[in-house]
Amino acid sequence: MANSRLTPGVVAQRLGDQDYSRNFADKDPLLDTHEAAVAADRCYFCHDAPCVTACPTDIDIPMFIREIQTGNPQAAARTILEQNILGGMCARVCPTEQLCEEKCVREVAEGKPVEIGRLQRYATDTLMSADVHPFTRGAATGKKVAVVGAGPAGLSAAHRLAMKGHDVVIFDAREKPGGLNEYGIATYKTADNFAQREVDWLMQIGGITIETGKALGGDLTLDGLRGDYDAVFLAIGLAGVNALRAEGEEKTHVTDAVDFIAALRQAGDFGSVPVGRDVVVIGGGMTAVDAAVQSKLLGAEHVTMVYRRGRDAMSASEYEQDHAASKGVRIITGAAPLRLHGNGAVAEIEFAYTEAGPDGLTLTDNTFRLKADQVFKAIGQTLDGVPAGLELTGRKISVTGAGRTSLTGVWAGGDCAAGGDDLTVTAVAEGRDAAEDIHATLMGG
Amino acid sequence: MADLTTDFVGIKSPNPFWLASAPPTDKEYNVRRAFEAGWGGVVWKTLGAEGPPVVNVNGPRYGAIYGADRRLLGLNNIELITDRPLEVNLEEMANVKADYPDRALIASIMVPCEEKEWKAILPRVAETGCDGIELNFGCPHGMSERGMGSAVGQVPEYIEMVTRWCKQYYDRPVIVKLTPNITDIRYPARAAHNGGADAVSLINTVSSITSVNLDTMSPEPSIDGQGSHGGYCGPAVKPIALNMVAEIARDPETRGLPISGIGGVTTWRDAAEFLALGAGNVQVCTAAMTYGFRVVQEMASGLSQWMDEKGITSVDEVVGRATPNVTDWQFLNLNYIAKAKINEDLCIKCGRCYAACEDTSHQAIAMSEDRTFSVIDEECVACNLCVNVCPVEECITMEKMPNGATDPRTGKVVDDTYSNWTSHPNNPAATAAE
Repeated sequence: MANSRLTPGVVAQRLGDQDYSRNFADKDPLLDTHEAAVAADRCYFCHDAPCVTACPTDIDIPMFIREIQTGNPQAAARTILEQNILGGMCARVCPTEQLCEEKCVREVAEGKPVEIGRLQRYATDTLMSADVHPFTRGAATGKKVAVVGAGPAGLSAAHRLAMKGHDVVIFDAREKPGGLNEYGIATYKTADNFAQREVDWLMQIGGITIETGKALGGDLTLDGLRGDYDAVFLAIGLAGVNALRAEGEEKTHVTDAVDFIAALRQAGDFGSVPVGRDVVVIGGGMTAVDAAVQSKLLGAEHVTMVYRRGRDAMSASEYEQDHAASKGVRIITGAAPLRLHGNGAVAEIEFAYTEAGPDGLTLTDNTFRLKADQVFKAIGQTLDGVPAGLELTGRKISVTGAGRTSLTGVWAGGDCAAGGDDLTVTAVAEGRDAAEDIHATLMGG
Repeated sequence: MADLTTDFVGIKSPNPFWLASAPPTDKEYNVRRAFEAGWGGVVWKTLGAEGPPVVNVNGPRYGAIYGADRRLLGLNNIELITDRPLEVNLEEMANVKADYPDRALIASIMVPCEEKEWKAILPRVAETGCDGIELNFGCPHGMSERGMGSAVGQVPEYIEMVTRWCKQYYDRPVIVKLTPNITDIRYPARAAHNGGADAVSLINTVSSITSVNLDTMSPEPSIDGQGSHGGYCGPAVKPIALNMVAEIARDPETRGLPISGIGGVTTWRDAAEFLALGAGNVQVCTAAMTYGFRVVQEMASGLSQWMDEKGITSVDEVVGRATPNVTDWQFLNLNYIAKAKINEDLCIKCGRCYAACEDTSHQAIAMSEDRTFSVIDEECVACNLCVNVCPVEECITMEKMPNGATDPRTGKVVDDTYSNWTSHPNNPAATAAE
């Protein structure tokens, strides 16, 4: 512990090793068998259950909880994974408080939903720790499908396609597969290298090859893939980052939150990751929360999240906001950055309060400054490197039906495709559904 | 607070809650703890004949059935009568009775069906100063294989015979404990009555296997890979017990015979129900075994509170209040028409009523897009299943249709006049309505 919380500047080693291990441990540890039994007993086995309706992957939640109740977590896992092959990760990162658990009738009745997310993790972890892969490949079809992007949508599509007997090659720009699961989610939500373990487990289906370090552009072109494969599924995510458009954005220690989160995930030693004493995160989504909370966990003295709209408009759920607050993150809403001050490195950031009016958000004359030796930008990601020839809707790839793009033989899903809500679970659903459509198309003709 | 003092066949106790003859009452230590906790009386664990005591298995004695959250709903046991020497039990009983003169202390007895055996033990029991005896004709396991317990309780002639001997050789109240493992409880009750019993107590435990271990294929509780049927008790058996109590209370031959109600009494409400159906007091075991002796305090406060609310000042006034309302099916009023009603404010939209009605009943609940559930009166037969499966109390209720209204299911006008099956036109044996 070479430094402390009070050391000025962006430095590593603010905390001791024990602090790091404690801070970055599993946020919601696995339920033990007794806890799972108690939690499962609360499920009413609703008819046409609202939780299922709220789940983007339509997991039969009452059924899997009943399977846990009756002492069969592996059957429960199968029920989950049939609908959502990344059910293990979704159990960790899904904003259940905005999806299944928000609609749970016990949330309505008592303000305390059945702990669906944690029960899902109990089931999927039980199965995965037994190293069981409950699916088998269908007979080989002789068809080849290229999947671009090894994130949730790509992995989900690849698994479903492999199950159907197709040969799948996944290309990914990064060193490791997993996409945002590996690079974009707070460490404490996916402890113990879970993202990679889940990919390894998923690959047990067979028939899938992953080629990392390969992005579209250069040797890998969409035209080339269309020529070499029977179908292409694009799941390239959102590789670009929105600019702040504030004066002084180029100053040192003003970086993208996604890079910080990725670096932290890849760091073998948390103590090696530098963090400022006064950190400001700009944005109101999950990425902002993950960057802010983890800055605090790395030992930053002050961490402030600033969001230009009101609290209600934040895409980070109330649960996430509360979590950030519980870790000591201060949240300021209704303020937008004007300029960053500092001589080379950022030292302060100036904000103006905003006002919502008929013409949208306007800046007021009311300004304030925050001390900041590190600023993270988390104001959204954008589609980057779209191959020519694809129609776009807004800033995303246009799709119809189950992810069909404007090009024959090319499907898209996950964050890069129009529609959806940029959730892991939605990406999984889109990958699965596109795979079914690809399969039907390939085998139908 | 209402006075809970109870006089049951002349035996006084500060409240109607007695501990049944069972593991909790096997020793002076336990019984003293029970009295300290507030139990009104104790029926001591069943005594056997002089001589080497019985032995128990050295493996598990209990098996269980659970509800949600592992709430114990039913327990079965294969424990036999007391396995401690007779003289030790008698001495301890005398000690306890001397120290707690205001509490009821009853000796439960099970000896072979021979007059000399009963003649031998009864004077020794009397010496303890206990307030009465209870004849264990009920235990369905172990001792029944030796011609005792339920083996006696299943033969009315034996019940009558042994009861007679007891009345002959013992001068305090004789309570006959009945087994539910028979076809019609009225026969053994009549036999006890004919033999001169001061009271009957029921039910003893129900023959049962609680579960099977699917790894070892042994019934539970498992003794070295095998199991034997045990005696089932706890909340799960209460409905069986209530019916049997009511049958005896309303049988012309046994009407008025005091009854000590046993079977799944867990709360004050359970106790009040037994009393209402004709029991003069209740005996409890499983609730104490599950939660400890302190539960009696809730039973006493709850019963007392309820009596206050109803303006009832003594336990006697509760006894038998519901008995006249127990009747035969044929006398139920067929002109009573009810419909289910769902309170939308209380509804949490789980849809269990819908699933139950749609799948297994009369398709009488409609479900809208926004999960509003409502009753289709045209289809509702008022079966009550929706009420029973609803997780929210009072959310679904059965509402009586008023006189003169038209039942949309049958198209008939509701007529408040009482009319039952005996005069129904569909009944081949119908008699003309008066």
